[in-house]
Amino acid sequence: MAALRCFLRSGKNAVAAGLRREIHQTAPASLQVTVRDALNQAMDEELERDDRVFLLGEEVAQYDGAYKVSRGLWKKYGDKRIIDTPITEMGFAGIAVGSAMAGLRPICEFMTFNFSMQAIDQVINSAAKTYYMSAGLQSVPIVFRGPNGASAGVAAQHSQCFAAWYGHCPGLKVVSPWNSEDARGLLKSAIRDDNPVVFLENELMYGVPFELSEEAQSKDFTVPIGKAKIERQGNHITLVSHSRMVGHCLDAAAVLAKEGIECEVINLRTIRPMDIETIEASVIKTNHLVTVEGGWPQFGVGAEICARIMEGPAFNYLDAPAVRVTGVDIPMPYAKILEDHSVPQIKDIMFSVKKTLNV
Amino acid sequence: MPTHHQGSPGQPSCEVKLPQRQENAPRLTEASAVPGPQLAGARAVVAARTYADFTQQATFDIKKCDVHKLEEGPPLTSTLTREDGLKYYRTMQTMRRMELKADQLYKQKIIRGFCHLYDGQEACAVGIEAGINLTDHLITAYRAHGYTLTRGGTVREIMAELTGRRGGIAKGKGGSMHMYAKNFYGGNGIVGAQGQIFETYNMASLWKLPCIFICENNKYGMGTSVERAAASTDYYKRGDFIPGLRVDGMDVLCVKEATKFAADFCRSGKGPILMELQTYRYHGHSMSDPGVSYRTREEIQEVRSKSDPISMLKDRMLNNNMASVEELKEIDIEVRKEIEDAAQFATTDPEPPLEDLCNHIFYNEPPMDVRGTNPWSKLKSMS
Repeated sequence: MAALRCFLRSGKNAVAAGLRREIHQTAPASLQVTVRDALNQAMDEELERDDRVFLLGEEVAQYDGAYKVSRGLWKKYGDKRIIDTPITEMGFAGIAVGSAMAGLRPICEFMTFNFSMQAIDQVINSAAKTYYMSAGLQSVPIVFRGPNGASAGVAAQHSQCFAAWYGHCPGLKVVSPWNSEDARGLLKSAIRDDNPVVFLENELMYGVPFELSEEAQSKDFTVPIGKAKIERQGNHITLVSHSRMVGHCLDAAAVLAKEGIECEVINLRTIRPMDIETIEASVIKTNHLVTVEGGWPQFGVGAEICARIMEGPAFNYLDAPAVRVTGVDIPMPYAKILEDHSVPQIKDIMFSVKKTLNV
Repeated sequence: MPTHHQGSPGQPSCEVKLPQRQENAPRLTEASAVPGPQLAGARAVVAARTYADFTQQATFDIKKCDVHKLEEGPPLTSTLTREDGLKYYRTMQTMRRMELKADQLYKQKIIRGFCHLYDGQEACAVGIEAGINLTDHLITAYRAHGYTLTRGGTVREIMAELTGRRGGIAKGKGGSMHMYAKNFYGGNGIVGAQGQIFETYNMASLWKLPCIFICENNKYGMGTSVERAAASTDYYKRGDFIPGLRVDGMDVLCVKEATKFAADFCRSGKGPILMELQTYRYHGHSMSDPGVSYRTREEIQEVRSKSDPISMLKDRMLNNNMASVEELKEIDIEVRKEIEDAAQFATTDPEPPLEDLCNHIFYNEPPMDVRGTNPWSKLKSMS
């Protein structure tokens, strides 16, 4: 059962991981919910809760969503709340931002965040900076959501991770859920947040089921933006990650545990504002740090974490340099063998852990 | 005096009503044909008839193009030589079979990721290339396999790229949407630049750039019909100050004449021109789209039976004694063999070597180090 959960957790690239250390007690009313359904239900509930919330994007309505995340919503809420746009990102992102300024609460879907580059001026200059430029007069309560990062075989123009680019900008909140609870709780928080939120999903995680506790199923369940979660306790080394790589870290941790290495795995959940305190507290305990991300190394999420650790109290507790595990610094190739070698594998995480621990 | 083959009447409207091929065309009498030597387009030797029996050339009526800001449009007739006809037939058939083989390989999971197939639209790529030269420059979006072929790619290279092997036209690194050739700039995955097209219209017109803007109007953008996406579906008029043509994109001769007309327009220094090709894709948007949730099977079937570009050309040639049934069948067999051979290559050629992972980042640079997934992984990049 635990092995099955490990497989499910890491999606397609599963390692036959050993049993997890903790025995997981299934709460009486918990459910298995896929990330896709968690997102769908979160949007459904928020659409119902607040009339000002609406969803727009390509194929979100009549097609039920390019990845079926908005399945059933158009049927339930109709043309005025679920809007199919032409293929014109700069245009509809601009319309969404304007509507947010005027008092609505749009959810603007990019079919993937690669397409958001067509509209990035609207995200940064019209959404992110406006509250500041207006000295508090004009807020922009908008959510930009869609799949981010590598998928499978979609090649260079469809595989980029935008966590670092958007995480760079003041005025934006940037969120990167991993499992169903993250997806559900963070999306609800994002929609209720009065600020522009970039919500980075992951296509390979959409079909992965996770347990949702009874509490997590409640209509007012939210996960706070800006707070990381410790997914696994450990004493020897801290692994920090976001999105799909969290599953890879947990799988690596399970294998390493058999060799007596106990990893503490932190799920960032939010890229900006980053919860550096949780990471610092963990590093102070374990004295070792490895960051893991799917995106490119230069100026990436891991680079920022390492810089902040250097500048903060945890530096003095490091027994070895902090290390980043990242995607390879190349555009994503198409051929399977090359693609497999372009993203961090569980063995890369394990290798880096052992090198850092000098074992 | 040879009689003319009648074209089909009627203009297409917003509903799918593509012009239909003539069922019973009058036969052309023997034209004053010069019995030619071995024709390049027809490698098959049919025992029953010699080349002297065939009509070497015929003139066909083609649909009149709607024009925008033009005094006159392309000619209403097109002269087709037997050689060209066989060439167009072979190329379109190759394109068709190649795309169908890609469908098969995708379903077997040998092709991964995105795969946008071109079957139904063959007359566009073939007709366009017939109207320009290989020294002209061409760029397109993701539905690019057809153009990769007409621009000089081989079926083997294209299929091996789809399967991600080292023999692929981009060495396996690009995939379906990123194929390139000389004077062919891909294969591009990101579209959605409605604003940018108008920026481009403006600059092209301002500076009189010799540019033909071509809209392959296949009625749908992914799962959204043109009526739901465009305030005006008269795309050939949307260049505003740029003259435009609306062309029957299912008729390779119509596309060819329109392209020649457009190319002459540009080459004479008059500036840009816009061509809207009315066409249809049989497959869904991509292999992950069944293509029947936003359009009916009846619609697809109707286009297939009444407006198929390959059938249209085939009927014209057969009805006018420009080729024999056996000859075309022979071409079909050769095409099938070529595709099988290419598929065989594409499935057995090895994947790219790992040493190639980091190559081709920069052009014309000395070798450099590239960071791998961790700091101890130093990979090499060559230009």
